[in-house]
Amino acid sequence: MSDEPLLRVSALSKFYGSRVGCENVTFDLWPGEVLAVVGESGSGKTTLLNCLSTRLLPSSGTASYRMRDGQFRELYRMSEAERRFLMRTDWGFVHQNPADGLRMTVSAGANVGERLMAVGDRHYGKIRATAVDWLSRVEIDEDRIDDEPRAFSGGMRQRLQIARNLVTGPRLVFMDEPTGGLDVSVQARLLDLLRGLVTDLGLAAIVVTHDLAVARLLSQRMMVMKDGRVVESGLTDRVLDDPRAPYTQLLVSSILQV
Amino acid sequence: MTAQPTDIATYNFAYLDEQTKRMIRRAILKGIAIPGYQVPFASREMPMPYGWGTGGVQVTASIIGPDDVLKVIDQGADDTTNAVSIRAFFKKVANVAVTTETAKATIIQTRHRIPEHPLTAGQVLVYQVPIPEPLRFLEPRETETRKMHALEEYGLMHVKLYEDIARHGRIATTYAYPVKVEGRYVMDPSPTPKFDNPKMHRSPALQLFGAGREKRIYALPPFTDVVSLDFEDHPFEVQTFDQPCALCAAENVYLDEVILDDHGGYMFVCSDTDHCEKRREQGHRGHLAPESPLEKTEPAQ
Repeated sequence: MSDEPLLRVSALSKFYGSRVGCENVTFDLWPGEVLAVVGESGSGKTTLLNCLSTRLLPSSGTASYRMRDGQFRELYRMSEAERRFLMRTDWGFVHQNPADGLRMTVSAGANVGERLMAVGDRHYGKIRATAVDWLSRVEIDEDRIDDEPRAFSGGMRQRLQIARNLVTGPRLVFMDEPTGGLDVSVQARLLDLLRGLVTDLGLAAIVVTHDLAVARLLSQRMMVMKDGRVVESGLTDRVLDDPRAPYTQLLVSSILQV
Repeated sequence: MTAQPTDIATYNFAYLDEQTKRMIRRAILKGIAIPGYQVPFASREMPMPYGWGTGGVQVTASIIGPDDVLKVIDQGADDTTNAVSIRAFFKKVANVAVTTETAKATIIQTRHRIPEHPLTAGQVLVYQVPIPEPLRFLEPRETETRKMHALEEYGLMHVKLYEDIARHGRIATTYAYPVKVEGRYVMDPSPTPKFDNPKMHRSPALQLFGAGREKRIYALPPFTDVVSLDFEDHPFEVQTFDQPCALCAAENVYLDEVILDDHGGYMFVCSDTDHCEKRREQGHRGHLAPESPLEKTEPAQ
């Protein structure tokens, strides 16, 4: 493991006119580390995620990413071509709604294979074999490979989206509420799968969620956001077991106990 | 240009006004300078509906001169409604000579075929294009597809071919088969059968594409590399036909199926009518050719 971070974020702010999206966010993300960003809706976590994944340009601040050659590159100074290349090779983005991240009108196999073809793979047999392999890794039956995601359940779509993102062996994955909208038993299986994949592949991930249980299961470190600012950050277990900021205390005590 | 002492004075030469022709010529020149790139242009209303070749007609009107000889084909045929009408249109508004013979034409406007007779340097082939964007059905946002062209992100095009193989066991796309031009732009060759794709590669003729409704012009200068996309283990191949043309016995040409009666009778004949007639004049006879040699029929003007 490297002794340098994978992503360095410094004083990142995004304003929508006079409204604050997120303000003055600073953190480092290390290789293989899963960082959860939690907070209520409207707290700026999705804005932060979109800025980090360069889907949005921040108003101020910097973020630099360590490329595979070990050099840090300033994300917002890269050309659009370079950013998009990074997006489809070294990064993944898992949307809350799988329909946003999948091509709903092409088969599951083509969804998984698209990134491979985008980076120049031109051998049908190999692409298909890789797709079969990835579908089995996300627990989708091989005989569903030629079905369109429209015919899949919500949980299957989400797993397919994960396979599609991981097929090029990314080092950093952004996830926006990956278990949102799924019922609890499906959530549990998906979390189990994600945890396995993240560990096996040594992925770094930034997971945005409002579900503290998801954060607890997946992440090593977490940031709590409120009104666009980070109010508390630290090891996940520490933050959840011993919340210091009043807002975090409120958040933790609001968890429904069954 | 000198006005001819005919009844064409009611229109400007070749229908379009000079400013419009100049604008279209600029788009054509830009298209030639960047082979395969779709150049936007201010498409005009033409005296025909969109989808009937308004793009091709505007390109032809902009490049045609009094000494040109025009041939118009529709699915390879010189004698179908669209071909006859467009030929009559230019005869009326530009008073140019028209022909059905590929070798004699200087400009050939075509809807979805490339003539069987090899084209030569100096000839111009004008395609009528309904949908110029090869990525359209995979990515409906024009803003996004233009970005993909700009950044050369063409993985999606192979997704379509992948889908074909996954569903049919082979690349089932038979027309509008995507090509890569000079190793850079992916281009829709208009809905020509993929049979004609190899004819585009390094053709000595200039090829111009006009899409009237979509307001795009693109071009292939002579001797441009045009490579059909494929997979290493599923290489590009053209259609083959089991039998020769029923009228002229031509092989290795593109054939149309023609229904003969209500009892399932059919025959396969050349889609290129000029090619077929020429061969029959030379004495080639297919198994369904009439006994007496065909009188050469003049196309209706």
